[in-house]
Amino acid sequence: MVDAPIAARGRRNLGVAVFFRRYAALAGLVVLLAFNFAVTPNFASLQTLNVNLTQVAEIVIVSVGMTLVISTGGIDLSVGSLMAIAGALAPLIFLSPFGAAFPILGDALAFVVPVVVATLLGLFNGWFITRFQVQPIVGTLVMFIAGRGIGQVLTNGNLQVFHNPVFQFIGLGRIFGAPFQVIIMLIAVGLAAWMLRRTLFGRHVLAVGGNERAARLSGVPVDRVKQFVYAISGLCAGVAGLVVISINSSSDANLVGLGMELDAIAAVAVGGTPFTGGQANVIGSMVGALLIQLLRYTLLANGVPDAAALVVKGVIIAGAVWSQQRGRTA
Amino acid sequence: MPLLVMRDIEKRFQGVHALAKASLEVEPAEIMALIGQNGAGKSTMIKVLTGANARDAGIIEFDGKPVAFRSPQEAQRGGVSTIFQEVNLVPFRSVTENIFLGREHRRFGLLDWPRMNKEAAELLHRFAVDIEVRRPLMDFSTAIQQMVAIARAVSFKAKLVIMDEPTSSLDEREVAVLFDVMRQLRREGVAVIFVSHRLDELFEVCDRVTIMRDGRTAMTSRMADIDKLRLVSAMLGRDLESVRKSGATGFTAAATTAGAEVLAAEGLRIGRRVRDARVEVRAGQIVGLAGLLGSGRTETARAIFGADPPDAGVIRLRGQTVQLKTPADAIALGVGYCSEDRKADGIVPDMSVRENLTLAILPRLVAMGVVDENKQRAIVDKFMKRLDIKASSPEQRIRELSGGNQQKVLLARWLCADPKLLILDEPTRGIDVGAKAEIQALIRELADQGLGVLMISSELEEIVEGADRVFVLSDGRTVADLPRDQVTAPALMAAMAHVEMLERETTGG
Repeated sequence: MVDAPIAARGRRNLGVAVFFRRYAALAGLVVLLAFNFAVTPNFASLQTLNVNLTQVAEIVIVSVGMTLVISTGGIDLSVGSLMAIAGALAPLIFLSPFGAAFPILGDALAFVVPVVVATLLGLFNGWFITRFQVQPIVGTLVMFIAGRGIGQVLTNGNLQVFHNPVFQFIGLGRIFGAPFQVIIMLIAVGLAAWMLRRTLFGRHVLAVGGNERAARLSGVPVDRVKQFVYAISGLCAGVAGLVVISINSSSDANLVGLGMELDAIAAVAVGGTPFTGGQANVIGSMVGALLIQLLRYTLLANGVPDAAALVVKGVIIAGAVWSQQRGRTA
Repeated sequence: MPLLVMRDIEKRFQGVHALAKASLEVEPAEIMALIGQNGAGKSTMIKVLTGANARDAGIIEFDGKPVAFRSPQEAQRGGVSTIFQEVNLVPFRSVTENIFLGREHRRFGLLDWPRMNKEAAELLHRFAVDIEVRRPLMDFSTAIQQMVAIARAVSFKAKLVIMDEPTSSLDEREVAVLFDVMRQLRREGVAVIFVSHRLDELFEVCDRVTIMRDGRTAMTSRMADIDKLRLVSAMLGRDLESVRKSGATGFTAAATTAGAEVLAAEGLRIGRRVRDARVEVRAGQIVGLAGLLGSGRTETARAIFGADPPDAGVIRLRGQTVQLKTPADAIALGVGYCSEDRKADGIVPDMSVRENLTLAILPRLVAMGVVDENKQRAIVDKFMKRLDIKASSPEQRIRELSGGNQQKVLLARWLCADPKLLILDEPTRGIDVGAKAEIQALIRELADQGLGVLMISSELEEIVEGADRVFVLSDGRTVADLPRDQVTAPALMAAMAHVEMLERETTGG
C-alpha cells in the first residue's frame, strides 16, 4: 500500500517536527554559545568551560532521575531534601571517631551510606505513592518537608566544615583535566539514556508513563517500576548532595540542594520531556540544564544582576515549552 | 442549497494519503450516514471539517460560506458540533454545568443557577430526557451522558451535529431513544452526520448515506435506494457475488473437537456486578460469554485475568486452582486478555507498533536486562505479516493506525506470547467489516490449532456463528450454558430475558 518514496518523504516531514521539539533547547544553546564567543570577554577558555560544567553537573545529575520520574507521569519534589540528608550524613561519618580511626573505611562509607540512604528514601517515596495511590506531587511533598528536617536534626542544625581531600575528590578532583563530577554527570546521562532505550526496565518505564492501565494488563509490574524510578531519583539526589558539599568543603542542611527540585524540573521541561509521561529525553534534560546555566553565566558575565537573570530563566522555560508544542502540532 | 459541501479534500499523514479527493455534501435537516471500513477516512474527514486536523487541499463550504475552522471549539461556535464516541464532558460537574460550560448565564455578575437549571431541564425535556440536572453527570448512564452532550450541542445553535459512533456503548432501548433525538433534531432543521458500523441502524434512521473507501468517496445514495448487500460491497469494493457467498461473519464451523479443560471458573463474586458466574473453556473451543450490558461479562473476564481479583469463587487454569493477584500472574500461566476499550486499556499510544506488539512478552526477550532487539524484530515481522497489519513500518506510532490495525496489533501482543487461553472482550467492536471478518476468521483458526478462546460479544450473530458453547450472564449470574447446537439468536435472547422476568416476579412477589 505504501510505496517507498512516499514513505521516505513522510519521514523527512516528521523529521522537521521532531527536530523542532527535540532540539529547540540545543539550538538555543548553540545560539547562546555563538553570542558569547562574539561578545563575552575571555569566554573561549578552558576555565570558563570548567566553571560552567562544574556548576551545572549537580543539576544534571538530579535531572537524570527527575526525567525518569516525569516520564512515568510523576514528579519528585524531594530531591533537594534528599541532597541535604546525604550531605549531612557524609561528614558525620568521616568526621566521627570511627572515621578518624579508620580513614579509608570511613571515607568509603561516607560515599556509600548517604547514597544508599537517599536511594531508600526515594524508594519510600515510590512505595508511599503506589501503596496509597497518592498523587506524586503530594507524596513527594512529604519527603520534601520532612527530609530537610531530618538533615537538620542529624546535624543539630550546625554547619559542618571539613577538609578531606580523598572524599572531596568527588567535587574537586580531576581526571585528565576533566572535573570528576562532570564525568559522573556524563556517565549518569549516558547510562540512563541507554537504559531507557535498551533495557526491559527502561521500556517498562515508558510503557507505564504512556498508558498505565494498558501496561498493567500487559503484565508490567507497574508499582515496582514506579518505586524503582523514585529510588533512582533518590540515588541521583544522593550523589549530587555529596558533590555539592565537596565543592563547598562544608555541609549546611539548611542550604544544600535548596530549590534544586525546581532547577531539575526546569531542565527537564526545557529539554523536551513531556510532563504527561510516556517519553523521556535524558540528553535533552542535560542540554536544558546547560542552556539555563549558560544563560545565567552570560548575563552575569555581561553585568546583568542575578535577579534579572531569574526573569530571563523563566522566559526561557516558557519559550522552550512553546517551541515544543509547536513541534508537536507541526 | 446544501448546508455543507466538502470537495476534493486531501490529507496526508507522514506522506501517506488519508484522504484523496474525498467529498461530502449534507443538506439542511437531513440525517447523513457516513460509513466505511476502518482507515477509509471517515474520522479524518470529520477531523478536517471540525478543524482538529488541517487539510492539505480542498474546499469546505458551510451554510453558503467557505470555512476553515481551526479547532473543534471554533467549529462549534460556527454551528458544527461533534458528539464523540467517548463523551467529552466533565464527569464531576452537574448536568447543567456541563451544558452551559463556557457561556454561563449571569445575573449581577454572579452565576444564575435557577435560570440555567430551568433551561437545561427544558432542553433535555425536548428530547424526552427528564433527569435531575443538578446531579453530577457521572451519576448517569453513558446514554444519558450522550443526550447531555447532544443537548449541549443543540444549545450552541448547531446547524450540523456530527455523531461519531454514538451507539457503540448503548443498549437497544437507549439506541431507540437516541434515534428519537436524531429525528427531533431533523424536525428542528438540524442536519446530522451519523457514523456507525451497525448497518441496521442506518436504515432505521438515515436519509442518505455516503460511503468512503481508501480515502475517497466511493458512493452516495438515498437510503431508500440501496440495500444492505450493496452497502457492504461498496464499502469493501468487492463484487456482490463474493459478499453473498460469505456468511455474516468471518467464522466458520469448528474443525476439531474440544480438548482438555483450560479454564473452569465457578461461583465468582466480584463487587456488586458479579454474583455467581461460571464459565468453562476447553482447548480448541471458542466459548461465548453473552449477556446484556451491565450483566457482568467484562468484570468476570477481568477476574479470570487477575486484573480485579474476585471476592469469592474458584478459578482453575488447566486443572490447577489458582489465586491470581495481578495480570502478570495470569500471563505467566498462559492467559491473554484483549480488553474492550482499546484506547484506555490496550494501546500505549506514543510507542511504536513494535513496542506495543511485544509489550507482554518483553521479559522473555531479555538477556541480562537488555532487550534483544533482533529477536524482537523477528517476532514483530512475523506477526505483522501473519495478521496483515498495515503500518508504514514497525516503528510507526500505534496511535496513527486505524482501529482495525490497532486491534490486530493487540491480538498479536497476546498471540506472540503463545497463550493457552485467550480472553477477547468485544474483539471486533468499532472495526470495519473487512477487518472484522479477518479477525473472526483468525480467531477460529487459532481455536482450531488448540487455543481456548473466551469471547465476549454484544453482537448476537458473532456469538451464534462463532461460539462452540455459550454461557449467558444476566445480572451477574450465569443463567444458561448452551452447547453449539442450541446456540441460536432466539435461544440466547430467551436466556437473557427469561431470567430478568423471573427476577422481577420474585422481587415483586
